[in-house]
Amino acid sequence: MRKFKQSIGFLICRFACLIAVLSLFIILFFIFIRGFKVLSLNFIFDFPREGMTKGGIFPAIIGTFYLSVGAILFALPLGVFSAVYLTEYAKSSKLTKIIRTGINTLAGTPSVVFGLFGLAVFVKLFGFGVSILAGSLTLGILILPTIIRASEEAILAVPQTFRDASYALGATKWQTIAHVVLPNAIPGILTGVILGIGRAAGETAPILFTAATFYTRRLPRSIFDEVMALPYHIYALMTEGTKPDLQVPIAYGTALVLLVLVVGINLTAILIRIKRRRKRW
Amino acid sequence: MLKREKFIEYMLRFCASLSIIFLFGIAISLFKEGLPIFKVVNPLKFIFGKFWYPTHEPPEFGILPLILASILVTFGAMMVAVPLGVGSAICIAELSPPKIREIIKPMIELLAGIPSVIYGFFGMVVFAPFVQRLFNIPVGLNAFTASCLLGIMALPTITSIAEDAIASVPNEIKEASYALGATKWETITRAVIPSAKSGILTAVILGLGRAIGETMTVLMVAGGAAVIPRSFLQPVRPMTATIAAEMGEAPAGSLHYHALFAISIILFLITLGLNILANYIKEKGYEKI
Repeated sequence: MRKFKQSIGFLICRFACLIAVLSLFIILFFIFIRGFKVLSLNFIFDFPREGMTKGGIFPAIIGTFYLSVGAILFALPLGVFSAVYLTEYAKSSKLTKIIRTGINTLAGTPSVVFGLFGLAVFVKLFGFGVSILAGSLTLGILILPTIIRASEEAILAVPQTFRDASYALGATKWQTIAHVVLPNAIPGILTGVILGIGRAAGETAPILFTAATFYTRRLPRSIFDEVMALPYHIYALMTEGTKPDLQVPIAYGTALVLLVLVVGINLTAILIRIKRRRKRW
Repeated sequence: MLKREKFIEYMLRFCASLSIIFLFGIAISLFKEGLPIFKVVNPLKFIFGKFWYPTHEPPEFGILPLILASILVTFGAMMVAVPLGVGSAICIAELSPPKIREIIKPMIELLAGIPSVIYGFFGMVVFAPFVQRLFNIPVGLNAFTASCLLGIMALPTITSIAEDAIASVPNEIKEASYALGATKWETITRAVIPSAKSGILTAVILGLGRAIGETMTVLMVAGGAAVIPRSFLQPVRPMTATIAAEMGEAPAGSLHYHALFAISIILFLITLGLNILANYIKEKGYEKI
C-alpha cells in the first residue's frame, strides 16, 4: 500500500513536469511550423505594404533592436554600479535591506504599470513624446532588477583571495573593484545583459503608450521618433486591420522571428552560465 | 586619493538608491494621474460600481467587473500553476537524476523567457479554437482560456523558486525520516515539503503576482467583455487588459484617462502587498533555520 501510494505520487509529479516541458514544445512547434512558411529574406528585409497585408517586417526588427539597445545602455551602468555598492560596500546595512526590498518590488511590478509610468513621466512630463527614448527608458527601468541580480551574483562569485591579493599590493578599494573584481565578473554580468535584452525585446505593454506605432513609412531618424516593434506588431496584426486571413500569416512570421530572437538570447545566457559553473578559479 | 574613494562610494550609493527612487517615482506618478478621478467619482462607487461605461454619455466608472475578472482569471491560473509548478519542482529536485535535471531546468527557464505577446498569439490562433471545440461554445476567448495560459506563464516562477526551497532542505532531515522507515514519498510529503514550506509559499505568492499583473495575454485571449463574470466560459476583461486596451483612446487629462490610472493604483498596491508578503515570509523562514 505504501509502495503503491509512492508510485502514484511519483507519477503525478512526473506528469506535472511533462506538462511543463510539453507546453514549451507545443508553443514552439506551432509557431515554427506555421511561421516558417511565411519566412523569407524579403519578409525580413522588406517594409510592410498594402495596409499590413503584404511585405515584410524590417522596420519592426530595427525598432526592437533600437529599443533593446537603448534599454541596456540605460540599465547596464546603473545596474552594475548598484550591484557593486550592494555587494562590496554595504553588505547588510539597513539601507541595503530597503534597497533590496525596492529591487524585488520593482521586479514584481506589472509591466503595464511601467507603461503608464513611462507615459506620465517620459512622454508627458519630460516631453519626449511617443519615442524611442521614452520607450527605452521605460524598458530600462523594467530590466534594472534583472541586471542588478545577475551582476550581484557574478561579483559575489569572485573569490575573496583575489581581493586580498590586490589589497596586499597596496591597491585601494575602488582600484581593486575596477581592476580585479569587475573584470573577473564580466561573464556573469554578460548573462544579465543578455537576459535583459531578451526581456526588453519581448515586452509589449511598456511600449504600448511610450514608443510603439502600428505603421511607419520610414526607419526612425532620431531617438525622438516613434517606432514599430516586433511584439507590438504581432498584437496589432491580431487586433487591428480588416483582413485577418492575410494578417494572421504575417503575425505567425513575426512571432517566429521574435521567438527565434528571444529563445536564442535565453539559450546563449544559459550556455554561458553552464560554462561558467564548470570554471575553476 | 581618499577623497576620490569617498566620492566613488557616494556615487555608487546613489546608483543603488535609484531603484527606490524609481519605485517612488512610479507610485507618485500613478497617484498624481489617478487620484483626480475621485474628485468626480466616489472611491467606493468606483471600486464597487457594477458598470464600466467610460465612453458613454454620461460615463460610468465602476470597476467591480474588472476586479472580479482579474480575481477569477488569477484564481484559475493558480489552479493550473500551483499543482503543476510544485509537482515539477518535486520532480526536478527529488526524482530526477542530475543529467535529466540539467536538461529540464533550462527548459523551464525558456518557458519563462517566452514573451507574453507570444502566449497571447498562441492562445488566439491555437488554444482558443481548441477550447471552443472542447466545450462546444461560440467563442473560445474567455476566462478559462486566459486562466490556462496564465497558469503556464506563472509556472516557471513557481517551479524555480519552489525547487530552490526543496533542494536546500538539509540532508539530515531526509536521513532522519528514512531512518524511521519512511518511504521516499513519505519523506517528501511529510519531511521535505514541510521544511520547505516558507519557500514554496513565497513561490506561490510571486506566481500569483505574476499572474495578476500579466497584461498582453489576457488582453488578447480573455474576451474583453466588461461585465460581472458568472462562469469560467464567459469573456471577461481584467484590470490590466482594460488599461492596455483603452489608454490609447483616452485623451490625456480626461476622466477616462484618470480612471485608468486609478485602476493601475489598485494593481500597483496589490502587487506591492504581495511582494512585501513574500519578502516577509522568506525572511521569517530564514530566521527559523
